[in-house]
Amino acid sequence: MTDNLNHLPRVGDTGISEQVLADNFRDLHPPLTERQAIIESQRCLYCYDAPCIEACPSDIDIPRFIRQIGEGNINGAAHTILEQNILGGSCARVCPTEILCEQSCVRNHDAECQPVLIGLLQRHATDHMHFDQHPFARAADSGRHVAVVGAGPAGLACAHRLAMHGHRVTIYEAEAKPGGLNEYGIARYKMTDDFARKEVEFLLEIGGIELRYGQCLGDNLSLAQLHADHDGVFLGLGLGTSRKLGLTGEDAPGLAPATEYIKELRQASDLTQLPLARRCVVIGAGNTAIDMATQMARLGADEVTLVYRRGIDAMSATGHEQEIAKANGVRMLTWARPLQVLLNDQRRVVGMRFEKTQEQDGRLAGTGETFEVAADAVFKAIGQTFANDSLSDPLAAELERTGDKIQVDEHFRTSLPNVYAGGDCIASGQDLTVQAVQHGKLAAHAIHQDLLAKQEAA
Amino acid sequence: MNTFTDSLVNGVDLSIDFAGIKAPNPFWLASAPPTDKAYNVVRAYEAGWGGVVWKTLGEDPAAVNVSSRYSAHFGKNREVLGFNNIELITDRSLEINLREITQVKQDWPDRALIVSIMVPCEEASWKHILPLVEATGADGIELNLGCPHGMPERGMGAAVGQNPDLIEQVTRWCKQYYSKPVIVKLTPNITDIRAPAQAALRGGADAVSLINTINSITSLDLDNMVAKPTVGHQSTHGGYCGSAVKPIALNMVAEIARDTPTRNLPISGIGGVSNWRDAAEFVALGAGSVQVCTAAMLHGFRIVEEMKDGLSRWMAEKGYRSIEEFSGKAVTNTTDWKHLDMNFKTIAHIDQDKCIQCGRCYIACEDTSHQSIAQLVETSGAKRYEVIEEECVGCNLCQITCPVENCISMVPQETGRPYMSWEQDPRNPFRKAS
Ligand SMILES: Cc1cc2nc3c(=O)[nH]c(=O)nc-3n(C[C@H](O)[C@H](O)[C@H](O)COP(=O)(O)OP(=O)(O)OC[C@H]3O[C@@H](n4cnc5c(N)ncnc54)[C@H](O)[C@@H]3O)c2cc1C
Ligand SMILES: Cc1cc2nc3c(=O)[nH]c(=O)nc-3n(C[C@H](O)[C@H](O)[C@H](O)COP(=O)(O)O)c2cc1C
Ligand code: SF4
Ligand code: SF4
Ligand code: SF4
Repeated sequence: MTDNLNHLPRVGDTGISEQVLADNFRDLHPPLTERQAIIESQRCLYCYDAPCIEACPSDIDIPRFIRQIGEGNINGAAHTILEQNILGGSCARVCPTEILCEQSCVRNHDAECQPVLIGLLQRHATDHMHFDQHPFARAADSGRHVAVVGAGPAGLACAHRLAMHGHRVTIYEAEAKPGGLNEYGIARYKMTDDFARKEVEFLLEIGGIELRYGQCLGDNLSLAQLHADHDGVFLGLGLGTSRKLGLTGEDAPGLAPATEYIKELRQASDLTQLPLARRCVVIGAGNTAIDMATQMARLGADEVTLVYRRGIDAMSATGHEQEIAKANGVRMLTWARPLQVLLNDQRRVVGMRFEKTQEQDGRLAGTGETFEVAADAVFKAIGQTFANDSLSDPLAAELERTGDKIQVDEHFRTSLPNVYAGGDCIASGQDLTVQAVQHGKLAAHAIHQDLLAKQEAA
Repeated sequence: MNTFTDSLVNGVDLSIDFAGIKAPNPFWLASAPPTDKAYNVVRAYEAGWGGVVWKTLGEDPAAVNVSSRYSAHFGKNREVLGFNNIELITDRSLEINLREITQVKQDWPDRALIVSIMVPCEEASWKHILPLVEATGADGIELNLGCPHGMPERGMGAAVGQNPDLIEQVTRWCKQYYSKPVIVKLTPNITDIRAPAQAALRGGADAVSLINTINSITSLDLDNMVAKPTVGHQSTHGGYCGSAVKPIALNMVAEIARDTPTRNLPISGIGGVSNWRDAAEFVALGAGSVQVCTAAMLHGFRIVEEMKDGLSRWMAEKGYRSIEEFSGKAVTNTTDWKHLDMNFKTIAHIDQDKCIQCGRCYIACEDTSHQSIAQLVETSGAKRYEVIEEECVGCNLCQITCPVENCISMVPQETGRPYMSWEQDPRNPFRKAS
């Protein structure tokens, strides 16, 4: 994948010590100690009709689990979280709480100006739970068998909920590991200690879920076949492809999609062997761009510049994420769009030419003024799009789409009977882990209801 | 008049004359571990305490204590709400205690030093010990008729304090064999505190002090199914004190202060005094001095500095020049239910600018009170909570549960109707014909 970066020096070449690297990729937000968790739990007002619950995409009963922490009932707290969100552990780490539950916490008001640290409390409960047996039981076997494509948050949540309803599930996953972006995409300092793998292991304890790797829809797997072999199919394919800049030189050594570099970073057992862009440009304004820039800075880059074609306010990365980047020395350039990839004689990337932009009558326009930023590598993080290859077989090609994403109704049904979809690959909502979990859970309920209805009709 | 060198704090004279016992300030240490021996008492005086009641003396041989003695009722942030102990009276010999008391009084002549005593309920026992105590030069004695654990099993402490006849008898012996002020310390483990107070008065007591500790079990070790504190695999009930008992103590002090026979009997207020405000409250309800045990045990003697500072600043602000000036000021406003104004009406009011929409007032009133708060949903989806004034009975529940200070206020309503007690109320089926 990042063969494109093979000509670059390695992280270890700068002499950065393994200890420093390890420290740089430790938990971004260290977990609460037991005492801190108890004290923090006391700040929760146990609101009635709590606004934080409304703001949680996965409907976790936040005041209840916090009260359970306060009462020393960690397993009860974990159960409250997991019954709505079986990936509550990863959501506690990756959710942008500053725009979700914590943004709505009533403690933000004047009297305190500081929300209850819901995310960290959720992490406390899920980190310290201890169940002798998996906390959720399977219902009696229904005799039904559902296919889930994609072992990302959406697919995993769907599979677990289907298992609770007593259905047998087979997950077909293209990669060699489960977890989707939890395993390959989330910033390394948000998912430490191989948590994604451990969480999947925990989730599978419910039983009745088979995971098959190297199974790629559109390649060695067809929707028609899945459809024929199972009582239902759930597609949790995520967004596999990075958007292109649409410039010449896009394939030149030194230019790479941010997600691919992050994937390598997440899988690396020895960070010193990663390619290092001492001068690095990241193009984009979302959390992926921020993650890319921040992680490269933490790997030891001298100069990291993030370039966005609009203003700070329009960035989709949250203010909190922007602060993290700034704190890591990332320079942010706004109102500039990529114009040309600058290459040397060997056709390797040496920089990027940008054109300054402005808004005219609500539309973005170039001003004609240009400037260059020197760079050993340029990473694009201008969004992910749906990997069309996945839906290339004749039946899959029939799926109705909105833009390039799969179209679903409010019960996550696609245009094809018995085929459901959720997570990043469908049209609605924000592309967040917690959102994917909710989709998977609700889709599982819909699949279950539809199967019941069919049974009654028969 | 004021002979103390250090009774002036922030320009306010904190000195007291309590039933003839003078002290530079009203903050005394209660008879307990903080006053167990000369070492502690000297440290307390150095820290600025106005007086101490020496740890209760008994007959030799001295009491013997068990190991593991205290337990607590904790709040969620591990703050100690209440404290519990199963200790007995002093475990040191009478002779050592008397010698130390004599020395300390000589060294600290202007601090109050009161000796707490508990001996069997026999005249001979009292007749024997009182002259020995008198010889120490201490300023007075306090009769420990309240220890609720251990000692009553031997016919002492609360076993005496729960029997008004015995209280009267013991007090009388003390007045007979001791010339200085006699304070009777009352146990709260009784249904009507006025009875023992009246008994003490009949026996000739110069003052009462209250409360001693309340029978309690604070918590259990649920793994081993045994209460705390544990002694081996067993436990026993102890005596409860600390800030949790303050409301009980305040009421008992008020009961005595407004009871006709005892209204002029000096009261030393004890129970949960942790700061100057607690002290001011006891004084306002009739106490002439306060005694502190748990707060000192939890934080050390230095807390008296904040107590003196806070109390004197508040007094200066209010224009009180002495403790005496505001002692008992809240007593007349404390009355029987039947004298309350049936025509008074107050209604909750929510300050929408302060409200954070937590919904606590709503669910509290809706589930458990008078369904007097409406939950409205604004077009933005935001909630708005409003009091339904016609339904509100003015119970204060919403104001109590509201997490934002001064967000809900109780607003007295102009009813245009005059004061009317229950005794005058036409709705009272047993109304006295006027
Ligand atoms: C760099 C990056 C950082 C992010 N950081 C955050 C963050 O901090 N917080 C947050 O909430 N969200 C974050 N997100 C978004 C979040 O990761 C996604 O919203 C979430 O993972 C979506 O879950 P999903 O199950 O829909 O898809 P994915 O996690 O993408 O999982 C899809 C799975 O399907 C498999 N698959 C795909 N195609 C096929 C096929 N044809 N056949 C078989 N299997 C297939 C994939 O291998 C993968 O395992 C981030 C995303 C990126 C890219
Ligand atoms: C460990 C302990 C030992 C006590 N011993 C005595 C005692 O010997 N004599 C006595 O009159 N009261 C004794 N008390 C009761 C205190 O003097 C005081 O009345 C009670 O603790 C209430 O005050 P507080 O809430 O400030 O602690 C003891 C209290 C404690 C906590
Ligand atoms: S809004 Fe805040 S205070 Fe209220 S329940 Fe949620 S976390 Fe607790
Ligand atoms: S004072 Fe009592 S009755 Fe009135 S609104 Fe508040 S809780 Fe309800
Ligand atoms: S309890 Fe107070 S802050 Fe909460 S909704 Fe009611 S008035 Fe508002």
